[in-house]
Amino acid sequence: MDIYLILGLNVLNGVASLFLLCVGLAIIFGMMKIVNLAHGEFIMLGAYATVVATNAGVNIWISMLVISPLFVGLVGLVIERFLIRYLYGRLVDSMLATWGLSLLITGIVTTIFGNTIKGVQTPLGGFQVGGYSSSYYNLFIFAMALVVIAIVLVVMRYTRLGLIARATMQNPGMSAALGINPDRVYMLTFAAGAALTGLAGGLIAPVSGITPGMGAAYVAKAFITVVGGGTAILSGSLAASSLFGSIDQIGSYLTTPVYGQVIVFTTAIILIRLLPQGISGRFFKGQL
Amino acid sequence: MTKNTALLAQLAALVVVIVLIALVPGYFEIFTVMQLTLFASMAVLALSLAFIWGFGGILSFGQTAFFGLGAYAYAVAAINFQDSTPAIACAILVPALFAVALGYFTFYGRISDVYFGVITLTVTLILFNVANSTSGQEYHIGDAQLGGFNGMPAVPTFNAPFDPSTPLYPEQGWYVTAGALVAVYILLRVLLAGRFGRIVVAVKENETRASLLGYDPRLIKLVAFTIGGAIAGLAGALYVNWGAFISPNAFSLSLSAEIIIWVTVGGLGTLIGPVIGAVLIEYIVSSIGSQQVVNANLVLGAVLLFFVLLLRRGLVPSLQLVVVELWHRARRAPRPKAEPSAAATPAGSK
Amino acid sequence: MNETIPLIRTENLTMRFGGVVANDNITFSLREMELRCLIGPNGAGKSTFFKSLTGQQIPTSGSISFRGQPIAGKLPHQIARMGIGIKTQVPNVFNGLSVREHFWLAARRKSMPKELIRTVDEILDLTRLGDVADRIVGTLSHGQRQWVEIGTVLAAKPELILLDEPAAGMTDEETFRTADIIRDINRTRAIVVVEHDMAFIRQIAKTVTVFHQGRVLMEDTVDAVLADQRVRDIYLGKKVAA
Repeated sequence: MDIYLILGLNVLNGVASLFLLCVGLAIIFGMMKIVNLAHGEFIMLGAYATVVATNAGVNIWISMLVISPLFVGLVGLVIERFLIRYLYGRLVDSMLATWGLSLLITGIVTTIFGNTIKGVQTPLGGFQVGGYSSSYYNLFIFAMALVVIAIVLVVMRYTRLGLIARATMQNPGMSAALGINPDRVYMLTFAAGAALTGLAGGLIAPVSGITPGMGAAYVAKAFITVVGGGTAILSGSLAASSLFGSIDQIGSYLTTPVYGQVIVFTTAIILIRLLPQGISGRFFKGQL
Repeated sequence: MTKNTALLAQLAALVVVIVLIALVPGYFEIFTVMQLTLFASMAVLALSLAFIWGFGGILSFGQTAFFGLGAYAYAVAAINFQDSTPAIACAILVPALFAVALGYFTFYGRISDVYFGVITLTVTLILFNVANSTSGQEYHIGDAQLGGFNGMPAVPTFNAPFDPSTPLYPEQGWYVTAGALVAVYILLRVLLAGRFGRIVVAVKENETRASLLGYDPRLIKLVAFTIGGAIAGLAGALYVNWGAFISPNAFSLSLSAEIIIWVTVGGLGTLIGPVIGAVLIEYIVSSIGSQQVVNANLVLGAVLLFFVLLLRRGLVPSLQLVVVELWHRARRAPRPKAEPSAAATPAGSK
Repeated sequence: MNETIPLIRTENLTMRFGGVVANDNITFSLREMELRCLIGPNGAGKSTFFKSLTGQQIPTSGSISFRGQPIAGKLPHQIARMGIGIKTQVPNVFNGLSVREHFWLAARRKSMPKELIRTVDEILDLTRLGDVADRIVGTLSHGQRQWVEIGTVLAAKPELILLDEPAAGMTDEETFRTADIIRDINRTRAIVVVEHDMAFIRQIAKTVTVFHQGRVLMEDTVDAVLADQRVRDIYLGKKVAA
């Protein structure tokens, strides 16, 4: 029985991590139709921000929850101004340029910090379920996923900014005619997506290996989740991360973590083939 | 230039290239010859993407899937048969069949460009993961141990056709690899000049119009994609022959990125451009690797960004434009209306 | 050939996009060698109708048959091979290919290698594009691109030709010539033309079908249609009087 409880906790944790890792990408892709292949490097930058700040003596919670999102959000803002805004409507070029960007960021981080960096301790400690152990940090990740869902929901549905963002995504020309500056909306959206990605990077910093190349491990996972989820940012990425996160954990439990990934990727490809509009295109049309 | 003089000029260029290839082992040390052999095998890989992306409009983010499959197919077959002749055939056939399956799945499923990119990327990752997890005695195909992340060492290199007792010297390996590069190049040129080539380009230019004229875009893309897969597989075999070794890194995303950089730098929509791009970039990467001052990723990323943002046409088409411009200036003739050829229109800029 | 089987026939053809009914229960029939004009204001469902006929979309319900064979649900290239050619409303050409290559690609399916070159030359003549035969179509003017597309459709030698606003953006002289060409082609095959230019329609049409709000409003001779009060009403402000 205990094993199923632990497996359940792992599934919850897997789903929550995947959601956190892909929600920033979902916002950028869903709203701006920019395929950001440097998404993995945004995660990596978030993780580095937390590690560097914590090692410099900053409280780890402040590093993860404040410094990482702020830093990566700022990086996103700069990148949007100097690169992304020239690429709107040029889908293939945006993919190529962001791939170049991902290599560039990896190269810069390697040049500054080398290939390895001293990680940070996982805070909060662990607990026992029968013969198995788990950590409170996993529960914290789950709680953070709920917080992010709440923030996105509230911002998008109940604030002026969210309304403007939704309107601009639906019809940029029309909202420009209403006096909204789409340029600024895109800039802020990109920065917000980057900040959420930075937060995810900070949150996984204590539980994953930190290297300049770590982003590559996440970018494909985040992408298939977003594409599998479809255009509805919240319901789509939630549904897809629930599906893929569960499959990943259960598949890894039944086989090995490597095959767990293979099973997830294969499922994703079949899903994209069957539902080209993503899960939300089929089941949650027109929702957030 | 009339068609005939153009053809003659091309034949003359071909003769020059063949002479140069023949001269290489006499002029360079063995290390350099090996280096050039590696570059030539990478150039074959570049041609595979140059064809499907530049002329077929199919942007595969996972061309390494076919390269890696070709390399592993060659290694497994070469170890089992102890003869490279059938192994090379396997290296072409296995990725081609895989391309048929993947292409059927995606093109007939009407998957859009972005999703196609995501799927090819994901497929490559799957293969990478699978190849990595094959360490242990139980993972073998016939006599060939797959070796997990360590890969397969001591793979037999090329031998004289159907004569395993006569392995090729590195110089002969160079001739085979450079010869394969020239052969693939000519094959693609002939293909593109003919009926099929025009139809492939037509589908790239306007799928709807092509289908309204009775061409099945799915089938045309499938065939083009398969040809690209077969060529990438051949490149895989050439690569294994160079190093007598294969590891899961053949499936790596960074190599996938490099192929895209070669094509972008050299010039999308040309064949010679990506070949030049591959040699140039690989030369730069290997020089960086030996001196450890700047990071290779940093340079590759900066190069890709530079070309996408500032020199979207790539080196060869840009150079062509400059030459044409100078030619007209020299003759003091007024420049005719800009006539970008099909080759100079990047598929992605539409 | 059995005269009772129409060249193309739709029965209760309906196309819905979400809540919008673009084509509502359209029953339409065209004889071999007929020349028919479709008119109707923007949004009447003419282009949608063409898209269903050519397989670019699958109708929500209803049937389409081409010489008695059902074609609804077939793919565009399959329908094209059966002999339906279309010039779409928005110029739909291969911007990176030359004019000659367009005609070659279109003619290749029907013509033997020997006649292929002749067909291409004939079409170049007909469309008066001989001077720009080797130019890349992307560099041509809008009017020339219209001719490229018309020529491409003709080069494929289809049994049924659908022309969606062939004269749009043409000069009066060109429009006149287009009408001439259409009448000429009509000697050997059937044509359906969508146009707004009433002068053009008077020049070519015998029978006119009027689309309005996704339905067939009426179908009659050109004079009867243009005299009809309902047609005048829906075209109010347009050049019906011309």
